[in-house]
Amino acid sequence: MIDPPLDYPGYKSTALRHPKRPLIELPRGLTELSAPVLGEDRIGALDNDLTRQHDGEPQGQRIIVHGRVIEEDGRPVPNTLVEVWQANAGGRYFHRVDNWPSPLDPNFTGLGRTLTDDTGYFRFITIKPGAYPWGNHPNAWRPAHIHFSLFGRAFTQRLVTQMYFPDDPLFFQDPIFNSVRDERARKLMISAFDYESTEDSWALAFKWDIVLRQTPMEDA
Amino acid sequence: MRTPSQTVGPYFSICLTQWANGPVADAGGVKIGGFVLDGVGDPVPDAMIETWDGERFARAGTNDEGRWEVTTRTAPHINVSVFARGLLNRVVTRIYFDAGAVPDTVPEERRDTLVAQPDGDGYRFDIILQGEGETVFFQV
Repeated sequence: MIDPPLDYPGYKSTALRHPKRPLIELPRGLTELSAPVLGEDRIGALDNDLTRQHDGEPQGQRIIVHGRVIEEDGRPVPNTLVEVWQANAGGRYFHRVDNWPSPLDPNFTGLGRTLTDDTGYFRFITIKPGAYPWGNHPNAWRPAHIHFSLFGRAFTQRLVTQMYFPDDPLFFQDPIFNSVRDERARKLMISAFDYESTEDSWALAFKWDIVLRQTPMEDA
Repeated sequence: MRTPSQTVGPYFSICLTQWANGPVADAGGVKIGGFVLDGVGDPVPDAMIETWDGERFARAGTNDEGRWEVTTRTAPHINVSVFARGLLNRVVTRIYFDAGAVPDTVPEERRDTLVAQPDGDGYRFDIILQGEGETVFFQV
């Protein structure tokens, strides 16, 4: 199984929120074979640059996060909306529910949007998010991550996931990361340090390709 | 191999539900909304609902009372994705407006969980993630 089970006791919040009745096969028709086309007229020129949304620059390590959105057979997914959100360099989200004692950064909101180009390529400029505690178990810390949301070309391809950073020492104790039971699938959530794309005297780079489920065929 | 799903977490509203027209797919449509409830009947205040009927897309976060609402057209059915903290993957259901249109693969005694109920000038559709009256969810 690629996706994590909905019932995963290590992640406590799943306990009362996972369906217990069996899932029922979804017929494949127009509503499954299509997806909304979003963002074409609504993405601003700087929406993929999370470091330039305020008067000043945010604190933290400036990074480039880039890659391609492809299907399982390698075919690119062009012109599709990619939405991201993340904590600041100190691991704090710009959200009223997040109140752990790490400061907000007045120059960082932590959201970005872009469209993939004709080859499925996307690129964000941001700062490396910090780890943060979350109370799931004693001394629980989320590894640094960036949330990603994708639509693809079909309803069945919709994906919300998280991108992690290589060699994070917090992986071993994180039930969200480890809820993906297949080790190869788990590794697909980890970006690669990309020295080739690092920009001298300006930013480090991480590369991450996102692989969506194959476009479905209509039921015969 | 494809990239696996992860939970949307509790902080998605800084991004995903910020777009101005998010809950309104069609201003001339009808209001459809309801509560998202967990396995003990408590409201889920950090869920996100997306609706898609093949033409119109809307999304809305639940409020502090666990209530969501979108404005869209009625259709033979509307696909619904539910995301939340505590959901490691989305769960998918459908809104029907006619009980007779629910697929035969859905057990008869559970079909009413998929049928929107007239409510004022719109429709009510509660989503029960677990337990008594659990909403029918589909394998995508």
